[in-house]
Amino acid sequence: MKALKILVLVLFAAVLIYASSGLPNRGDADNLMHADRSVINTTVKGSYFIKNAYRDAATPNMVTVVLGDYRSIDTFGEQVVIYTAGLITLLVLRRTRRLKKEIKS
Amino acid sequence: MRRQYDSPIVLLGARLLSPYIMLFGWYVIIHGHYSPGGGFQGGALLAASVLLIRVAGGKRVSRLQIAEFATTPLAVVGVVIYFATGLVAMAMGGYFLDYEMLPFPGDMEASMLRYYGILIIEVGIGLAVMAILIMIYDNMVRGEDYA
Repeated sequence: MKALKILVLVLFAAVLIYASSGLPNRGDADNLMHADRSVINTTVKGSYFIKNAYRDAATPNMVTVVLGDYRSIDTFGEQVVIYTAGLITLLVLRRTRRLKKEIKS
Repeated sequence: MRRQYDSPIVLLGARLLSPYIMLFGWYVIIHGHYSPGGGFQGGALLAASVLLIRVAGGKRVSRLQIAEFATTPLAVVGVVIYFATGLVAMAMGGYFLDYEMLPFPGDMEASMLRYYGILIIEVGIGLAVMAILIMIYDNMVRGEDYA
């Protein structure tokens, strides 16, 4: 059984390594995801961000511009998710009130 | 139940390391315009510097740094900074979170207004993430009833 597990892992690693040989080079300008038009001939939204991020926000880091400016409502949602998680821990983990009641009764 | 022992060596090491982690956290937030980083990552680093003191020093020492009751208002302040930025932009006649409409003093270009708008919301995210990570730790410790 253990040999089978190792065999599956090795096979999976071989598949992944074989697939990684087909990936495009890093920073390749002729890459499909950097093209202006997609395969089905629609405009690629990312090319607009790449071209205009510095002109719009004077910020060299393109990721910050997308996160904080173009997709800022999405980031606000992420922050609210984290905030809600914190409040839920306050409700679930903190048990002081119930302990006080038990002491009284 | 586990008992906590005071260890001066661990506390000294944590005291030595904590300010530098906090400084690096602010660097990651403020320098996020030029290098990898931003509010979430910097907030996690700020929380790490505070939690290091909490783990090493226990309740009595950590109360001096950020008290337990102060974390929830700090998280609310972080969320409100973000939301108020959007609302102010909307009140000045733009869209929600449209930083070009922010009423900064002086005559600034639209791109520089967006630059400072992103900076403000990154600081808001950093504050909220820091406060909430500390809050989760405090609540877990309170629930376990030790330390």
